[in-house]
Formats: sequence, C-alpha cells, structure tokens
Amino acid sequence: MSEKITLSHGSGGRQAQKLIRDHFIPRFGMNGPMTDSAILSAPSWAIAFTTDSYVIDPLFFPGGNIGKLAVCGTVNDLSVSGAAPKYLSAAFIIEEGFDMDELDEIVASMADEAESAGVRIVTGDTKVVEKGKCDRIFINTAGVGLLSGDLVHVSSGSTIKEGDVLIINGPPGDHAVTILAARRGLTFDTPLLSDCASLNHLVRTMVEKPEAVHFMRDLTRGGLATVLNELAVMRGCTITVNEASVPLHESVRGLCEILGFDPLSLASEGRLLAVVAADEAEAILERMRTDHHGRGAVVIGRITSGREARVILNSSTGGQRFLDMPSGQMLPRIC
Amino acid sequence: MCLSLPARVLKVEGDMAEVSVGGAVFRAGIQMVEDLRPGDYILLHAGFAIAKMKEDEALETLRLLNEIEASGSGTGKAGPGDDTGGRA
Amino acid sequence: MKYVDEYRNERHVAGLAEMIKREVTREYSFMEVCGGHTAAIHRFGIPSLLPGEVKLLSGPGCPVCVTPARYIDTLVALASHMDITIALFGDLIRVPGTLISPGEAKASGADIRIVLSAHEALDLARSDPQRKVVFAAIGFETTAPGTALTLMQAEKDLVRNFYVLNAHKVMPPAMEMILRQGARIDGFICPGHVAVITGAAAFDFIPQNYGLACAVTGFEPADIMLAVLMLIRQVNLGKPRVEIEYARAVSAGGNTMAGRYMREVFEPEDAEWRGLGILESGGLKIRECYRRFDAGIVFPVDIPEPEADITCICGDILRGVSKPSDCPLFASACTPDHPQGACMVSAEGSCHSFFKYCCHE
Repeated sequence: MSEKITLSHGSGGRQAQKLIRDHFIPRFGMNGPMTDSAILSAPSWAIAFTTDSYVIDPLFFPGGNIGKLAVCGTVNDLSVSGAAPKYLSAAFIIEEGFDMDELDEIVASMADEAESAGVRIVTGDTKVVEKGKCDRIFINTAGVGLLSGDLVHVSSGSTIKEGDVLIINGPPGDHAVTILAARRGLTFDTPLLSDCASLNHLVRTMVEKPEAVHFMRDLTRGGLATVLNELAVMRGCTITVNEASVPLHESVRGLCEILGFDPLSLASEGRLLAVVAADEAEAILERMRTDHHGRGAVVIGRITSGREARVILNSSTGGQRFLDMPSGQMLPRIC
Repeated sequence: MCLSLPARVLKVEGDMAEVSVGGAVFRAGIQMVEDLRPGDYILLHAGFAIAKMKEDEALETLRLLNEIEASGSGTGKAGPGDDTGGRA
Repeated sequence: MKYVDEYRNERHVAGLAEMIKREVTREYSFMEVCGGHTAAIHRFGIPSLLPGEVKLLSGPGCPVCVTPARYIDTLVALASHMDITIALFGDLIRVPGTLISPGEAKASGADIRIVLSAHEALDLARSDPQRKVVFAAIGFETTAPGTALTLMQAEKDLVRNFYVLNAHKVMPPAMEMILRQGARIDGFICPGHVAVITGAAAFDFIPQNYGLACAVTGFEPADIMLAVLMLIRQVNLGKPRVEIEYARAVSAGGNTMAGRYMREVFEPEDAEWRGLGILESGGLKIRECYRRFDAGIVFPVDIPEPEADITCICGDILRGVSKPSDCPLFASACTPDHPQGACMVSAEGSCHSFFKYCCHE
C-alpha cells in the first residue's frame, strides 16, 4: 500500500522537509540553498506576471493531469501576452490521506512539461489540510515572463483594424469534452485527448514580425465565444466568424450535438486565438504549421467593421446569427 | 437531455446496444425497436432508441432536396404548386 | 454524421429559400411546438433565410418551460431529505422554483445528480440501496416511454429504492388549446420526435377540425425549410393536411411498441402547463399498479401555493400571442443569467433562444 500524505507533511518540521527534499526538489531541479524567495536576474525588459489555480476534477484524464495543466495554463497566459515565459512558482494544498504515488506522478508531469516548455519552477509551497477540507489536491502556479516592447500591444489588441484575420491553432473544445466524458464514463470510437499543451514555442513562430500580430488570447473557460465577445467589447468592433471554417473533432461535435452544448463555448487548454494583419496571415499560418501545436492552424473569420461591438456567426448552412457570450456554468471544475 | 440524434449501432447486447454519435459512444435501451444489427442507425433520445432510421425514406427526401436545388438554378423540372412529395 | 450532415447542405437550403421566395403570395404564420425546433430555428439562422411574409412563432414546446414552479419546489423539498438522491436531466438544474433552483439546492449540499437517461437513474439506485433515488421525469411523448420502460425494469428486478417524480405531458391537447384560444396561425411545424412515438396521425384533428396546415418536421435546417415550403403550398392550394417531412423517422402510425409501454405504466390525466393553465388530458399519471414508484405519493411534501406573477407574459408567449421582445421584463429583469419565467429558464425556451441568437437591443 502506497504512502499517504499526512498533516505532519504540511507542518514545516522533519516530515515536511523530507517531502520537499525527496519529492519536489529533485524533480523541479532546484539547486542551491533553500531560501524564502527565489532570487532571479532580470534584464531591462518589461515583466509579465500571472497566476492561476487548478482545481480540476478528475485529477488524471486522457492527455494529462492537474500538474501538466498547472504548467501549461500559466505558460500560455504569459505566451499569449507576448512574453517569453521564464519562471514559475508552484503551491500545493493537499488533503490529508492523498496518495504519495499520485503526488509523485503529478510532480513528475509538472517537471516534464516545464522542461519541454523551457521554463523553470523556482519556488513553491506545500500545505496539508484535514480530510474533507479540500478535494484531494489544489495547485496554484504563478509565472513571470519577459516582454519586449514590440509585443506589448498583443494583450490589449490596440492595433486591431478592420480586415484583420482571425486564426485558431486547432479544433477547440477537446479539453472540455475529454473532462466531461471522463466524469460520466463516456467513451469514444477514436480516443479523444485533452488539448492541454504549452504554446510558447508556437507563439514564437508567430511573432517573427511582431507588428503583424495584433492580438492573442488563449481559449479557456467559456471557449471561443467568450474570447470573441470580450474582444468585440474591448475594441468596439464587429467580428464575423465562419462556422464552416472552425475545425472540430468529430467526437466533440457528436457529444455536443447529443448533449446540447455549443462547441464554441467549451474550454480548451492548448488553443489560442490570434488576430493578425490580413497580408501576413498566409506566412504566419505556414510558420505555425511547422510547430506540433500549430499543425491544425486555420483562418476562421475576420474583423468586419470598427463600429458595433458584435460577434456574427455565418452558419455553415447559409443563415446568420449572433454568437452570444455563453451564460451559466456549462461544466464546473474544468481547469 | 431532451435532444434526439441519429446514432450508429456498434453492438447489440440483449435489451441494450452500444451506439455511436459522431464517435461518442453511449448505451441505449432498444426495447422500442426491432431487428437491430451493427451498422443500423437509430434515433437516440435520453438513453433509448425510439426509432430505426429508414434509409430509403432518407434518400427520397434527399432526392427531393436535390430536385428543388436544381430547379432554382433553372435546370430542374419541379415548379410552383407541384406536390412536394411529403408522405401524408 | 450520417442522417444529419446531408440535411445541413448549404446548397439545398439556398434552393429551398429561393423556392419559398418564389411561391409566397401573402403573409403566413406557422407555429412550432417543440423546444428542439425553437433551438434549431435560431441556431441555423432560419429567420434570416425566410422572406418577411413568413413568420415563425414559438409555442409551448419546451417541457422544462411548461413544468410548473411547484414541481421544482417539490424536487428541492425532496432533495433536503438526507437519504434522498435526486437524479435529473441537465436542463432542470438551473430552473428556478418559487424560491430556488435545483442547482442552488445542490450548492447548499443537496444530493442532486445530472443523468443522461432514466436507466442511468435506476443504475444509481441499484448501486446504493441505502439511498432513495428519485428520478425527475419530465418530457413529452418522446421521453415518457423511456421512463415507462425503466419503471417496468425496476418492477421486474424488484428495485426497492427507485422512485419517479412524474411530470410527463402530451402535446396534442396543448396544440388544441392554442387553437381554441384563437391563436392566429396558418399551420403547425409539428414536433418530429413526438411524432416518432405517436405517429403523424395524432395531428389529424388539426386539418380536420380546424382547417390548418401541418408538416411533421425534422430538426436539420433543410428539414425546417422544406417543411415551411410544404406548409406554404398547403395554404396556397387550400389543401390542409398532415404531411410528413421527416419521413426517415416518422410514420403515420408511430412506434406501437413505445405506445404499448407508455400505456402499461401511464394513463391520461388533467395537468397544469405553466403559462397555459390546466389542460384536460394534458398529462400522464402513473397507473395504480406502479404507484409504489410514484415519489409524489410516497413522499408527500407541503408546498405553499405560489403567488402569480403578473408582469411576466410567458403565457402569452407560449400561446404565440406575444413575442419575447414584447415582455417588459425581457433582457432587463429577465435574462438567461437570472431568468424570471418559464420561457427564459430553459435553453430551448422562446425567450432564451431569442436572447442568445437574435437581436437583443
């Protein structure tokens, strides 16, 4: 029977030291003395700083686990702001009785994902609470990235103009549908995996000409519909999306049809929306497709006017309607 | 949920079948339909098969839709007042 | 997806739109009475494809919307019992009762679970004999046979901890009520999935007694457009009848096996339809021999009579007399985030669909 987390692991004494020394430090590659803060060097760039907490249920799902997600999510928030992600913190709140083997697996995933994304986890914290006071494990990651002056505009979209083109790097909704299926014990003909992935390398291929990329955001809770509506309101512009151009995995489409979900409102964890200059779109798409996470990159619409804050969907059958902000909670604890 | 959708039968096991809706697999009660075989299509509603899809009728509807489309582009024969072919 | 994608062909839809435009000779009003149709019409932008002379109205077709607040109150009251698990379809979770919705009760600790079918609810009961599982059985003739089959299975397997809080309703009396109350329509887009069970003949009384056109319709954009064309032609020729557009799934006689199962477990009953009042034989009641499964009898709860809200015009909207935008509460006090009335509550309700997919200035 495997070892379990106990309250003494969170108490700061010998067991806590042992937990950090044996389970976190070697995997996160934290060398040097254990100080209260990590001391990092910062060249004279702007710093992007973000944080996210992860409470996903189930902890382990096809395509990843809460640990992988905790790294990807924070790396992506930095990347779509135009920053190069550098350092992450990782704080754990663990329920008494949690399985040590499962903790090791989560931590190993975090270390692997951090390595492949080229970021370092440099500081962390562990708390253990009594049974029933938190649901198994919650993780918070905060991250800093370096932002050069020529990419500051991408988070606010201040250079967006009429005629700009909308690009997505692959079919949205895989993560949400994978989680929903895992919760309900549903299966698929062809296995569906969460799209959970770090996108910083992909973003680097996109910003070769930084002035050509006008806006980026990752599609998490609320999906594409939410990002588009937020953007329309932020810039007071009309956005038109062609339903036929939005790629969707067949399984996602099937599940959404039978359960009455709109796939455009479902969360992804490895998809981004970019708004780019029309004359650079082809070149950007080509570069995106050289990256593993950009192979499915396509144009899905454009900014059609600079006046009314609206999102219009051209239905694949010829009709037209507004694509509204999704309301209510479609799926809880999706990330 | 109260939606119904055509689903392909994958496996039949007594009173239940495994069916696929665009790749998502569900279990459906098949007490309301007869002679189901893998490859057949049923209408799935709230976990039950409520009908077997009729291929010949489906094709007939499609034929009609093609005819209407063709008449719009000036090459078809159907015109105003013609029987739309709906089964009554 | 087969039997779906073929009926979403843009060229077919354009061809139908073209033909409809050519054949329109006057104004037409057609009513649909199915939440699935309400949702599909808005999702596929059907109004944007039809000429102004053709109006589509939304009648009382959403089973969630026509379920009285008392039913929700009863569910929530049952959920407060420590040993009861409520199993319901996702559509119900956010429906407000007089005070709270099942979702809010769940947030306060009630054991409320979303299921995808009645047999999933029965499995829940089987897996934990210590708990009493109450399945919220709402829906029309499409859904009732599944509930009936599940009760028959529970009886056969001697499952002692499974119950049903029944609110199943049947469509034809509501359609008749709409006509008797003088709704000014030229015909019905008849509910295709209800017709799979009842048979298209269930709607014969409409052309026969009221002289109105009927098309039993599928749910894809080409189905809806083809049905509109059929209805326009029936009106133009003065030849109202029940035409089956959805021939790939619907027959005149319906699913006789499903009908048998329904009659085995249920019998007709007068029922309250939210917004329409009491409809004679508008609902289904669990028969005497299955009454031990009837949660409404086994677990009586004391629910106070709610006060009628006079500003919400859901009743008029359900009857097709008013549009969502006519309601003083629409898009102000009543939105999908905080619904006041039945029509905004469900994702298939007229007001909810209208809000999501159309203009809401």
